[in-house]
Amino acid sequence: MENGKENGQREVGGDKVKRGLAQMLKGGVIMDVVTPEQAMIAEEAGAVAVMALERVPADIRAHGGVARMSDPGLIREIMGSVTIPVMAKVRIGHFVEAQILEAIGVDYIDESEVLTPADEEHHINKHEFKIPFVCGCRNLGEALRRIGEGAAMIRTKGEAGTGDVVEAVRHARTVLGEIRRLQAMPDEELMTFAKSIGAPYSLVKETKELGRLPVVNFAAGGIATPADAALMMQIGVDGVFVGSGIFKSGDPASRGKAIVEATTHFRNADILAKVSENLGEPMVGRTAASLSEAEQLAVRGW
Amino acid sequence: MKIGVLALQGAFVEHRKKLEKLGVEVVEVRLPRDLEGLDGLIIPGGESTTIGKLATEYGLIEPLTAFARNKPVWGTCAGMIFMARDIGVRQPLLGLMDITVQRNAFGRQVDSFETELDIEGLNGGGPFPAIFIRAPRIADVDEEDVQVLARLEDGSAVAARQGHWLVTSFHPELSDDDRLHRYFISLINDQK
Repeated sequence: MENGKENGQREVGGDKVKRGLAQMLKGGVIMDVVTPEQAMIAEEAGAVAVMALERVPADIRAHGGVARMSDPGLIREIMGSVTIPVMAKVRIGHFVEAQILEAIGVDYIDESEVLTPADEEHHINKHEFKIPFVCGCRNLGEALRRIGEGAAMIRTKGEAGTGDVVEAVRHARTVLGEIRRLQAMPDEELMTFAKSIGAPYSLVKETKELGRLPVVNFAAGGIATPADAALMMQIGVDGVFVGSGIFKSGDPASRGKAIVEATTHFRNADILAKVSENLGEPMVGRTAASLSEAEQLAVRGW
Repeated sequence: MKIGVLALQGAFVEHRKKLEKLGVEVVEVRLPRDLEGLDGLIIPGGESTTIGKLATEYGLIEPLTAFARNKPVWGTCAGMIFMARDIGVRQPLLGLMDITVQRNAFGRQVDSFETELDIEGLNGGGPFPAIFIRAPRIADVDEEDVQVLARLEDGSAVAARQGHWLVTSFHPELSDDDRLHRYFISLINDQK
């Protein structure tokens, strides 16, 4: 396929199709699932994709130890159980885990701070893969470094497995606020700005011109209610990841469906009120502020 | 001219931007009342299961079907699935066009592709840059009523028209070519 798309040839793995799948997920909810049964509940609730995992972040926190890529057998089973896209996580910098996920054909790879990093200095060179990657960020510089490495989708990190939305808000506001500042900047200041945030100049320039990140940007980490999802949408993200918030709650099917509806009708308070009723117990949360430095996942990433 | 874009989920902003560049007023449609006063509707790409569930939950199936009787509707990717009569599995559908559609017909994301496509009815400009993402294909058509506008080299039908309804397997809202959006606007002008 190196010859391009002359004469009706198909070109796979280009940036347009990698970024394009994320564009199709916009306005949607991506849900963490640990079994094929949960994946089917998520699909039935209206998820646009599922993240196949062995343990949701809340359990990774509780169990401790080294968190790695999930068993490919489990991921395959989940892929076989639903028709929506299936994502799976690899450790930061662990390009062999990514090769394995590409080999089994997952639809998106999340190079995730929720797993224990395999490399404390380098992320994966994501340009080398035909499968698109999503990566976490806390600020614009981190987002643009990941895009520079080939990420086709960005999610603000939040603090996974807490059920506390405060870090998701902080990170989304930081990224979007920096973009607004960038747009007001004269061009001669861009290089110094790029240097100060540690981002590639060309991507800083492109972001200024677009007035948004060059790829789709979801929110993640701590979203547990329909109101949380709508909050992130109104702040200005393109969609939401819900990790522990659904399957660690009392009634995952109802809560999942309510979060999906809240993400679509995020500006309609009447609908938000209606879908927020009678959802049962939310996940038992833990305030992000109570985490020790060693327990914070969002600081992983370079 | 006022065109609606079904904004339950998916790439509706991309369609909106394309249409606005062509000077069209765009309305995002999330509830039945949003259909009032529209001259046409685009159903965008996204996840067809999600779009179908939300359309059912918010009472859109009937109003959309009624709207489509006299007004042009264009479905891209998930939108094409949603407009089909039959997709072989149970999922909420509008069932407008006499086509059978196969979901994820080319495989998973790793098989998503770009290609150059000759499309009937586009006046000049050469082949169309078509982006297929976990795309469906038209497996069967009622040849009396449905006109296939484009096929891949393997024969798969990937664009079709039935009267004032248009479907494409691929995503014209993601490429830099606006000819299909202009084609849809001409369908609306013909209908008026």
